Amino acid sequence: MSGGPVGIVLVSHSARVAESVAELAAGLAAGGAVAPVAAAGGTSDGGLGTSAERIAAAAREVDRGAGVALIADLGSAVLTVKALLADDELPPRSRLVDAPFVEGAVAALVAASSGASLDAVAAAAQEAYDYRKG
Amino acid sequence: MRDTDFFRRWMAAAAAAVEREADRLTELDSPIGDADHGSNLLRGFTAVRAALEAEPPATPAAVLGLAGRTLISTVGGASGPLYGTLLRRTGKELGDAAEVSDEDVRKALDAGVTAVAALGGAAAGDKTMLDALLPGVAALGTSYRAAAEAAEAGAAATVPMLARKGRASYLGERSIGHQDPGATSSALLLAALAEAAG
Repeated sequence: MSGGPVGIVLVSHSARVAESVAELAAGLAAGGAVAPVAAAGGTSDGGLGTSAERIAAAAREVDRGAGVALIADLGSAVLTVKALLADDELPPRSRLVDAPFVEGAVAALVAASSGASLDAVAAAAQEAYDYRKG
Repeated sequence: MRDTDFFRRWMAAAAAAVEREADRLTELDSPIGDADHGSNLLRGFTAVRAALEAEPPATPAAVLGLAGRTLISTVGGASGPLYGTLLRRTGKELGDAAEVSDEDVRKALDAGVTAVAALGGAAAGDKTMLDALLPGVAALGTSYRAAAEAAEAGAAATVPMLARKGRASYLGERSIGHQDPGATSSALLLAALAEAAG
């Protein structure tokens, strides 16, 4: 099946950052049905860092068959997603999206909630880089 | 020829080295990193040792594959996916042979280091693991001991470098004057390989 919305996974060094950004994105995307979004923040023991298990579990949780867009903050978050993708340990059609964390998460979730394809979700998140603030 | 036990000895020696040097690695990571390199690698290699004991793999590739997967899932910092990729790609290159030649090991590690460079987007001189791994692997054609010494010299040579990757790069010129913790642990990994070779 590929009719469901694209799922979004937010990977941060901090569990609270990932959860808060997920909450922010869901709040700003509201207005209809919101696509699934899951937070994968921090290490398995609750510290700052990255947990491959949390990322894989979050990706499975939001996978509705249309693909999963992963957005990561820095360093090990980015590298762990890439390593998991290289080893096919994420659902089929999972993709690391090159986007700023907060703005990209909002853009991705708004796009996914509108029924956009994985390519369109990734493009919307990446476009968030083009919005200059000064 | 190098059998499965050689690769298990390598991982055991690496775990012992990380255990011995964890405090120093974390100390090196304090001025330019987030002071967790030693504790992260200690957690990772302790898990590698446990995984290899719980389920002894049957081939060299399986040893490195299991060790790599375990590092990715347990380290929690950037060194997890980086070392995990190094070991897994090296293992993959070895195929399913029960024994491999030293030339096979050299070629496989060379591919592993190339994969690390691709994953992290770093190059020689960026003050990263690669500054120990690249000269180390280049010297593997001579001997395992030569590779360990070249990696150690490579790690020492990171002191005057300006960091261009990772958290240390945010410090700009203030990253100069410190030895890179990742290059230091990479030198330990190649020293462990020489130890396994005897």
